[in-house]
Amino acid sequence: MTEWLEKHAPKMVLAPSFIAILVFVYGFIGWTAYVSFTRSKLLPKYDLKGTIQYERLADSPRFEVALTNLAIFGVLFILFATIIGLTLAILLDQKIRTEGPLRTIYLYPMALSFIVTGTAWKWILNPGLGIESVMHDLGWTDFAFNWLVDPNLAIYTVVIAGVWQSSGFVMALFLAGLRSVDNEVIRAAMVDGVSTPRIYMSIIIPSMAPIFLSAFIVLSHLAIKSFDLVIALTGGGPGYATDMPATFMYAMAFSRGDIGQAASSATVMMVIVTAIIVPYLYSELRPRHD
Amino acid sequence: MKKSVLLTGALALGLTASAAHADPQAEVLHWWTSGGEAASVKVLMDEFAANGGTWTDMPVAGGGGDAAMTALRARVLSGNAPTAVQLKGPSIQEWYEEGAIGNIDDVAKAENWDALLPAAIADHMKCDGAYCAAPVNVHRIDWIWGNSKVLADAGIEPPTTWDEFNAAAEKLKGMGITPLAHGGQAWQDATVFEAVAVGLGGPEFYRKAFVELDMDTLKSDQMKAVFDQMRTMRGYVDDNFSGRDWNLATAMVINGEAAFQIMGDWAKGEFINAGKVPGKDFTCTSPSGGAYLYNVDSFAFFNVDGEDNVAGQKLLAKLVMGGNFQKVFNLNKGSVPARLDVSMDEFEFCGRQSNADLNTAIDQGFLLPSYAHGMALRGAQAGAITDVVTAHFNSDMSSEEAVEALAQAVANSL
Repeated sequence: MTEWLEKHAPKMVLAPSFIAILVFVYGFIGWTAYVSFTRSKLLPKYDLKGTIQYERLADSPRFEVALTNLAIFGVLFILFATIIGLTLAILLDQKIRTEGPLRTIYLYPMALSFIVTGTAWKWILNPGLGIESVMHDLGWTDFAFNWLVDPNLAIYTVVIAGVWQSSGFVMALFLAGLRSVDNEVIRAAMVDGVSTPRIYMSIIIPSMAPIFLSAFIVLSHLAIKSFDLVIALTGGGPGYATDMPATFMYAMAFSRGDIGQAASSATVMMVIVTAIIVPYLYSELRPRHD
Repeated sequence: MKKSVLLTGALALGLTASAAHADPQAEVLHWWTSGGEAASVKVLMDEFAANGGTWTDMPVAGGGGDAAMTALRARVLSGNAPTAVQLKGPSIQEWYEEGAIGNIDDVAKAENWDALLPAAIADHMKCDGAYCAAPVNVHRIDWIWGNSKVLADAGIEPPTTWDEFNAAAEKLKGMGITPLAHGGQAWQDATVFEAVAVGLGGPEFYRKAFVELDMDTLKSDQMKAVFDQMRTMRGYVDDNFSGRDWNLATAMVINGEAAFQIMGDWAKGEFINAGKVPGKDFTCTSPSGGAYLYNVDSFAFFNVDGEDNVAGQKLLAKLVMGGNFQKVFNLNKGSVPARLDVSMDEFEFCGRQSNADLNTAIDQGFLLPSYAHGMALRGAQAGAITDVVTAHFNSDMSSEEAVEALAQAVANSL
């Protein structure tokens, strides 16, 4: 009896959540993919109609803008959050006295929701309320910073807010990574007279490759599912200049009664996520030879 | 189960004699949750209770009704639709085609709704010729609200055509006043767009373009002229308009920072709450040359089981179209009654103006559904048009490109 329990208890404990995930995550992913091949409008329909929804998606200028925005936002957000996070981590790693408080300060934005970040930055970047207006009040009347209301530049304000929110978290990741680098190697390099920047460039950073990968995976999924930040910061505007695939999907499903378009755009998002996650899983799960 | 509920209910009320008679029950899904709107619904709730009904309130706020529609979808899919739902325009027909909407034709016949309602509005309330919904109000969309003091100081008459509007705006701009208070949200861009379209192109053009989705009209030179006017008006808004909420834009007119706003008559409530008198402190004119763009809120009646629920629907339908409710509700909400025989004596200046214009428009056949507020088209088509309108207004897209994009977007959405 005890033996049987020992053998099966873990499976029994995991079974409910396993079944729940199977149905509510993978089951509904399958359902969404199926619906994306129908002509569902207000309510889901189940007669397959081929790839009409994907053709409509391809013809939609708004979805094109959403994908372009995802590319701009994804690349810049991941790049800047990583660079700023790494720089902050290296600076904090210099055995400075107030590291504790500073670390908390930089990590703190992560404690806010994207809605709060978005709303705060909406006010900060608003030309009539925020930075621009303050500069004008201080007498610098030529100062202009109106990216938020410029359709061509608004997407970059989303990048600014996103980087502000997430770079502290990336910093914490890298800081942990820096601390785990073998001190012996660093000391040996120092004894050999290697300069500090060179130590970082040639020894420490290369040895943190797994941290880079983790940071990349965390940031890229934040970028792809970014929804609340856009809604709070720009509402997708001006026009639909800052639309993302997630906000596009929401508009189609919940405002326009076009479930077919919503399902097909959701499927496109899933394919993008898969394209990023599968190589990661592959590299994690393959047998190691070292 | 149902029987025992009925029985307990009857016993509790001490109505043993009439136990066979149904107790009207209504579960009402709506999103009138803010101050004035909630007060308006309360009027209906009280009347319903006074007539022996039991009202189960189901308010779902958020997203301008999007959240309520999501709740509705979940309820209908689970086979448990609410008794009545705040629903409007073509979405009533959309739900009817999904097989979810019931029928209140006998109430409508008994109360003679055909004679009480404008034909255009009655058509929205019918599914395959039988009444399936009841209208509560008529909002007019194509209003230009103006600050009387600003206009008087500038020596400007309230505009009644777009040429007059442009002339006034140029003058105001020269004086350093923002001519047009506008919020850069897609639906507000669309609101201005449809007012421009009906004013410049006339009722027939509007109907062909935004009701019938006629491709030649969508691509016509007239449509280019509409987009040209939108480009002109882009020059009349302040630099900071992106994402601004409509009530903040109204506040700019109230405070005299801006001269005009183009918005539906819910904007009037903001003026009145700020202590302004309609027709005196602020002006309401229409640039539509006799046309009238309406947005009619209504309750649609879904398929429900049980005598009590059906009785509830009938009672609710009767009360919604009742003269008293139509008057009190619309006094609260800033709209005008859908029922044409309600006395307008208690309404303020702009309300009476709206009612008078409504009657004129009915006579001339100029009563038109607002596309921007979901009265003319289904969600997908209206959304496709709005996408182009807002993209054009917020970029340097040319009018030629805009009409091409418009025709393509509409075709793609069908």
